[in-house]
Amino acid sequence: MKEKHYYSALARNMTLIIILVSVTPLILIAGMIGYYFETSYQEKVMEHLKEVVEKHQQHINSFLDEKLSCIKVLADSYPFDELNDDAFLANKLVILQNAYMDAFVDLGVVNSAGVQIAYAGSLKLLRADYSKAEWFHEAIKRDYYLSDVFLGLRSTPHCIVSVKKRRGDSEWLLRATIDFVAFNSLVEGIHIGETGSAVIINSAGELQTRPRNEPAPSIIEMSSRTLWGRRGGKNAEPVASSVEEIKRMSSGSNIVSGIIKAQNKNIIFILMPLKSGEWTLAYQQDQDDAFSKMNHARTIVVSIFVFGCLTIMLAALFVSRKLVSQIEKADVEKEIMNEQVIEAGKLALIGELAAGIAHEINNPVAIMVEEAGWLEDLLEEGDFEESQNLEEFKRSLKQISVQGVRCKEITHKLLSFARKTDPVHRDIQVNEIIEEILSICEQHSRFNNIRIQTDLDEHLPQISASPTEMQQVFMNLINNAIDAMGSGGGLLEIRSGVDGHNVVVDISDTGHGIPKGVMTRMFDPFFTTKPVGKGTGLGLSICYGIIRKLGGNLTVDSTVGLGTTFHVHIPIHAETA
Amino acid sequence: MSSGDLINSEPQQEKRVKILLVDDEEGYVTVLAKRLTKRNFLVKTALSGTEAIRILRNEPFDLAVLDLKMEGMDGIEVLKVFKVMEPKMPVIILTGHGSETAAREGIEYGAYDYLVKPCDLSELVERIREACAKGL
Repeated sequence: MKEKHYYSALARNMTLIIILVSVTPLILIAGMIGYYFETSYQEKVMEHLKEVVEKHQQHINSFLDEKLSCIKVLADSYPFDELNDDAFLANKLVILQNAYMDAFVDLGVVNSAGVQIAYAGSLKLLRADYSKAEWFHEAIKRDYYLSDVFLGLRSTPHCIVSVKKRRGDSEWLLRATIDFVAFNSLVEGIHIGETGSAVIINSAGELQTRPRNEPAPSIIEMSSRTLWGRRGGKNAEPVASSVEEIKRMSSGSNIVSGIIKAQNKNIIFILMPLKSGEWTLAYQQDQDDAFSKMNHARTIVVSIFVFGCLTIMLAALFVSRKLVSQIEKADVEKEIMNEQVIEAGKLALIGELAAGIAHEINNPVAIMVEEAGWLEDLLEEGDFEESQNLEEFKRSLKQISVQGVRCKEITHKLLSFARKTDPVHRDIQVNEIIEEILSICEQHSRFNNIRIQTDLDEHLPQISASPTEMQQVFMNLINNAIDAMGSGGGLLEIRSGVDGHNVVVDISDTGHGIPKGVMTRMFDPFFTTKPVGKGTGLGLSICYGIIRKLGGNLTVDSTVGLGTTFHVHIPIHAETA
Repeated sequence: MSSGDLINSEPQQEKRVKILLVDDEEGYVTVLAKRLTKRNFLVKTALSGTEAIRILRNEPFDLAVLDLKMEGMDGIEVLKVFKVMEPKMPVIILTGHGSETAAREGIEYGAYDYLVKPCDLSELVERIREACAKGL
C-alpha cells in the first residue's frame, strides 16, 4: 500500500496545477484590461477637465476684456470735462450696471496725483487719495490696467479696471470697480464632482477668488511660480522645486496639468494663464473624486476577481481531493484483487502439486494393497498353518490393506480438492467443501491439541459459487480459528444450517477473542494483528469481498477471552431452493 | 478375498474365463494377474496398448481389464481398437483416481464398466463375472 504522504502530495500537486492553469490567464487578462482601461479612462477624464477649465478661462478672459472695453469706450467717447462730473458718471454707471448685471460697483476719475476727482457709486470715495495705492502706481504706467483683487480703502475684496488718458501735460485715469461677487461667481461656476474647484491666483500667490475648497498650498505655489509664455520663454515653465511630489505633469504653451501628491492624497491639477499670464486659473480635484467611477468599477472588478479566484481554489481543492480519494480507493481495490488472484493462484498451484503427488502415490499404494492381498491369498492355502505367527501375519497384512485404503482416501481428498480450483460458478454443497478443508487442516489442528466438532445439516441446499473461492473463504476462517487458539488447544465447532433464504455456516473457536477496537477494522484491507511478515491483512477482507459478491454476509461475534464465532450467510441457489 | 469366492466360482466355471490385463505398471499387473489366476481366471498381461493389440490379434479373450493412463497409446485409443477387433468382448476400465471423466467417456465408447484403483479385488471379480454372464 502506498503511503498517505504519496496521496497528499498528489492532491497538493493537482490542486496547484489546477489553480495555476486557471488563475494565471485570469490574472493576465484582468491586469491587461485593467491597465488599458485605467490609462484611457484617466486620459479621457483629464481631457474633459481641461476642456471645461479652458472654456471657463475663455469666459473669464472675455469677462475681463469686456469690462475693460466698456471703460475704454467711455473714456474714448467723452472728454475729460464731461467725465469729471459726478452726475454724468452716475448716469453712465447706471447704464453700465443695467447692461452688466451689477458687475460695475462704481466709476471714478483719478488725476495724476492719485486723487479721485469725480466719483459715482454707493461709497463715499470722492477725494479719496490713491497715491499710495499699489494699483495706482501700476495703472499710471500703462494705458489699460486690470488690478489684482485687494481690499483697498473700502475693506471689501474688489478689483479695478482703469484706462489712462492724457489732457495736456497731465494724465488722468478713468477707473471702475468690478464687483468681486460677480467675478467670483464666474470662477465658482467651475465645480465638478465633490472636490473639483477652481481659483485664480496672482503671481504673488494671492488668491483672487474665493474657492469652494481651499487649494493645496503646493498648487498655489506652483501657480505663482509658473512663468507663462508671454512673460518668459516660449512655453509655460512650471516650477515645482518645492512641491511635495509630482506624479505626472505635462505642459504646453498655455496649459500645465498633472497629478501631485499633497496633503496625503493625489490631486489632479490644471493651470491656465489669465490676464496675459499675470494670473493663473488653477483647477484642482482629488484624484479619487475625479476617477470615482473608475475606482468603483475597479472595486467591483477586483471583488469579482478575488471571488473567482477563491471559487477556483475551492473547486480545485475539492476536485483534487475527490479524485485522489477515488485513486486511493482504486489502488486499494487493485491491491486486494491482486492479492486475491495470487491467493487463488497459490491454491491452484497447491492443488496441482497435490494432484501430481496423489497421482504418483496412488499406483504404489495400489500395488502395496494388491501385494498384501496376494499374501493373504497365499496364507489361505494353508502352507503356514503350523506357524506360530500365523495370526500376526494375518493381522499385519490386514493392517497394510487398511492403511493402504487410508492412503487412498487421503489422495482422493487431495485430488478432489485440487480439481475444484477454478473460478467458474457452479452448484456447490458447502458441507463437502468444509469436510475437505477439515481433512486438510486436521493434522495441523491435532498438533495444536484442537478438537474439531462438526454439526453439518445433511439436507443443506446447494449454493452457486466458485469452488475455489469457497475453499478460500473456509480455509481462511478455519485457519484463523485454529491460529486464534494457538498451541494451547481448544474446541473448533463448525455448524451448517439454513436460515431463511441463506445457508448459514458458523465457525466458532475458543480462542483469545477479538477486542472491540480490532472488531471495527477487521474487514479492512491490510489490517492485521499478526506480526510483520506473518499476515497480509487481506484474508478476512478477501473472504468478506467474496461473500458480499455472492449477495451474502459475513458477521462476527466475539468475547475477549472466550472465543469468536464467524457467521457466513450465503444465499441458497435459486434452482435448488 | 474370502475363500467363499473361490469355492463359489469353481462349480459354475467349467471353462475358465480368459482375461487380458492391460496396464503399464508392471508391479501392479503382475500381482493382480497372480491373484486373478488364483481365483481361477486365465490371465494374460500386456504392459502397453500396442502389446495388448498384438496379443489380441493372435488369440481371443473373454474379457479385457484396461488401464486408461498409459504411456504410448492411450487407454481410450486401445479401447476403440478393441471394440473394432472384438466388438463382443467386454472391457472393464480400471484406472487411477482423477480419470473418472475419461472413464465415463470410455463407457460411451463401449466399455462395460469402470473401477477406480486401488480397488477391492472382490469387487473386480464381481464385475468380471457380471460382464461374462451378460456376454454369455
